[in-house]
Amino acid sequence: MQYRTHISARDLTVRYGDVTAIKNVSIDIPDKAITAIIGPSGCGKSTLLRSFNRLLETVDGISVTGQVLVDGENIYDPGADVTAIRRKMGLLSQKPAPLPMSIYDNVAYGPRIHGQRGRAELDRIVEHYLKTASLWDEVKDRLREPASRLSIGQQQRLCLARGLAVEPAIVLADEPTSALDPRSSQHVEDRFQFLKDRYTIIVVTHILRQARRLADYVMFMYLGELVEHGPSREVFENPREELTREYIKGVIS
Amino acid sequence: MNARRIEETVARILMYAATFSVLCCLVLIVGTVLVRGLPALTLDMITHTPEGGYYIGRGGGVLNAILGSLFLTAGATVIAIVISLPVALYINVYARRGSRLASLARLALDVLWGVPSIVYGAFGFLLMMAFGMRASMLGGMITVAVLVFPVMARGMDEVIRMVPHELMEASYALGATRFETAFKVVVRQALPGILSAVLIAFGRGIGDAASVLFTAGFTDSLPFSLLEPAATLPLAIFFQLGSPLPEVQARAYASALILTGLILVISLAVRFLTRRYSRQTIS
Repeated sequence: MQYRTHISARDLTVRYGDVTAIKNVSIDIPDKAITAIIGPSGCGKSTLLRSFNRLLETVDGISVTGQVLVDGENIYDPGADVTAIRRKMGLLSQKPAPLPMSIYDNVAYGPRIHGQRGRAELDRIVEHYLKTASLWDEVKDRLREPASRLSIGQQQRLCLARGLAVEPAIVLADEPTSALDPRSSQHVEDRFQFLKDRYTIIVVTHILRQARRLADYVMFMYLGELVEHGPSREVFENPREELTREYIKGVIS
Repeated sequence: MNARRIEETVARILMYAATFSVLCCLVLIVGTVLVRGLPALTLDMITHTPEGGYYIGRGGGVLNAILGSLFLTAGATVIAIVISLPVALYINVYARRGSRLASLARLALDVLWGVPSIVYGAFGFLLMMAFGMRASMLGGMITVAVLVFPVMARGMDEVIRMVPHELMEASYALGATRFETAFKVVVRQALPGILSAVLIAFGRGIGDAASVLFTAGFTDSLPFSLLEPAATLPLAIFFQLGSPLPEVQARAYASALILTGLILVISLAVRFLTRRYSRQTIS
């Protein structure tokens, strides 16, 4: 199978103080498909995900070596424009993090900071992305209410709408369903399936069944190293590495 | 076993007594101010400036000091906000964790907090002399601003520190700069706490006599110029209380009552505002 790539890592190494969280990872992430990063907790999945939009550096004591190429540009280049890079990617975190403002303002936050002021245009954007996140019908009559009043599953979909509203090409999701009940998780997974024709989606998950259901491409990480990666079916049905086989069978976790 | 029970009982009694004495203090202070001040509190007190011979018992009121205190402290509070908010945001949003400058700033604020207000008064006075300024409302404002800004900045720092990192991360992830994140997300989330820090600082400022004694001076006329001296309530209380005449002393208590009432009204107003603005806060 041939993939075009949107994000690539080249010899990426991340250290937190003395601890090496990511060791020499090189990968080409396929475009317009869902890639799942799997592996036991503490293996560096989230760190890898966060290195893609330079969110790591908001934590202290981090050092990153190697390159991450997004659309051919090394985002760790000293001259790189961090806000422009982050804008290319929507982020869904483990626990939904609605901003302290109304439902409407949450979705409009991104477009506004990037210069969109027109009332009608903002209305259109908010409606469009709330629909894309399949939240519109539930909130259309209470857009002015605080986002904190939504249920946690709704909050996660709001965060999805908010992330999409800056028109990224990539969606990064860090265990996006781990705080949600099964029904809400289902909702989020459905949205990913719906979006994958248009976006490059990278999902960190520790739920193997979720990776199997969702992913077109799988990366298996163990102790900071990328052990194996390939099309989902190959990795799950015919892993090349013993470690992958054991993890999938549930021997190691 | 018995010794432990006695220990428990003694501890309970002591703590009860301590807690009770706090309430007693409040009741006694408010009671004294009410009992002594209420009879002297006339409409003239709050609508007139002192007339000739006011301080020996003739007619008039302390409107000069009421307005002076309100204007001076309001101005000082605004100046203090302009200094405190950037400091608190710098320490928590811009500086790296464990930053030397941030911890030095916190230390400096704590030390400044403990400096007695008469020292600020003396410092402000020296500074004004150096600039050739005389006692004025502006001088008082700046001095009181310096007096209250450590209180305000540290209060803001404490609440801004509580803002979850995930909120800032969510904002950065959308391509927001630190500045946008600080003012549109962090300040909004911490707004109730920021307002109470402002209120505490205002309360400390409006009640302080020593810092305005040399810097703002005192006058019987209404404070309508920044460059003229301005009267303040704490000094009005001080001067009237120093009088041997009982009716003038009674007016000191009435002035204290007015000051207490002002602080009460402002606290309630801020509490009301806080409730309105905390609607959006993420818990």
